[in-house]
Amino acid sequence: MIGIIDYGMGNLFSVSKALERLEVAYFISDDPEQLMKADGLILPGVGAIKDAMELLDRTGLSTTLKKYADTGKPLLGICLGMQLLFEESEEGGGTNGLGLLPGCVKRFPGVTKEGEIYKVPHMGWNKLLFKKESAILEEVEEDFVYFVHSYYAVTNAEEVVHAYSRYEVEVPAVVGHNNVYGTQFHPEKSSNAGMGILQNFTKIAAERVGVS
Amino acid sequence: MLTKRIIPCLDVKDGRVVKGIQFVQLRDAGDPVELARFYDQQGADELVFLDISASHEGRKTMVEVVKAVASELAIPFTVGGGINTLEDMKRILRAGADKVSLNTAAVNRPELITEGSNFFGAQCIVVAVDAKFDSSSGSWVVFTHGGRIRTERDVIDWVKEAVERGAGEILLTSMDSDGEKKGFDVALTRAVSEAVSVPVIASGGAGNADHFAEAFIEGKADAALAASIFHYKETSVAEVKAFIKEKGVYVR
Repeated sequence: MIGIIDYGMGNLFSVSKALERLEVAYFISDDPEQLMKADGLILPGVGAIKDAMELLDRTGLSTTLKKYADTGKPLLGICLGMQLLFEESEEGGGTNGLGLLPGCVKRFPGVTKEGEIYKVPHMGWNKLLFKKESAILEEVEEDFVYFVHSYYAVTNAEEVVHAYSRYEVEVPAVVGHNNVYGTQFHPEKSSNAGMGILQNFTKIAAERVGVS
Repeated sequence: MLTKRIIPCLDVKDGRVVKGIQFVQLRDAGDPVELARFYDQQGADELVFLDISASHEGRKTMVEVVKAVASELAIPFTVGGGINTLEDMKRILRAGADKVSLNTAAVNRPELITEGSNFFGAQCIVVAVDAKFDSSSGSWVVFTHGGRIRTERDVIDWVKEAVERGAGEILLTSMDSDGEKKGFDVALTRAVSEAVSVPVIASGGAGNADHFAEAFIEGKADAALAASIFHYKETSVAEVKAFIKEKGVYVR
């Protein structure tokens, strides 16, 4: 069973509907005990990272997430949920993240090297470009996916970036380290490629259940 | 690089898609859920629903339709029409929409844009603008109430204000071009695109695939919306995309 974390940020509806289309059993919860029992956890999120982190801290869910990551069971952060996995973000005057992935989150410069202004947020369909083999990208094509964000991850740990997109800068689009995954785009809104990635995530969770 | 988006638009009244007014008066044009599924599979980049129900009952039905449609879509989904309060936005977003589109209510009370943007994030808030050319001023004027009421607002000033207040996208309809099928208003689209830092959706006037190319290349639009030419299968999303790709427009 996949657990979707309800901490008051993000469109739980579209993530849950996508799982329904994949015929994957799920539950939505804010209860740490119940969430710890899930075979895989999804951390969705839209909005400001400071509010999100405050909510996760206040509800004790940030501790739950760190504990969950230690179990080896797969965790997937989507959009803001992915940004929360990193160490810190410069959004809102600086906010600490969960620190499950190395790196920080920065705002798009909004100006090209040539001094031309470009639109921020990065909103719309952009092409996925693969960087390394990854279980979460299995049988997925380098197709277009749907992004909506003004901040992006910057990491020196290159192995963490499984796929990226170009928007003047290189935008980490699929990130991961061991059992912790993140997508900067919305897989639940990204047609075939997005559904493929969600399916792979649920497969990773199911296979792990078979092992243990 | 982002692709240019092609967006079919469904006008929904009391839970059913209705025909555009240039055809037979408001005849039923189908089930919104079926049409949504059809456009999703055809490669539409997003779907816009405009609730044109006049009655309270119709609006209640709309929430159910939004839910049913959202279940079918693996693409972004924007809902507009009759959204006047933060509560209305919550109801529609909870039903599964990704964005809400504000029009008359935003003109009447621009603070609504800020409230929505602060609460849900700018990416959720689309401001729809109905624009008509005014020859005396040489610029465009904002109309509200489905184009029935002329305001004193200048379109360029208004879109700039809307973005400052937190709009994440502008849905720009040319009243002069709407229903004419002679192409999007390229001058208007370009003027608005150059005035704001957020994506602009051109709307009104699509008659063939070439018109989309014009809106993107000359109009500098980020997305283009059409209803009747898709509903009546005069062309398809896939056909439009194939055509404009030849012209060098980057599409999915």
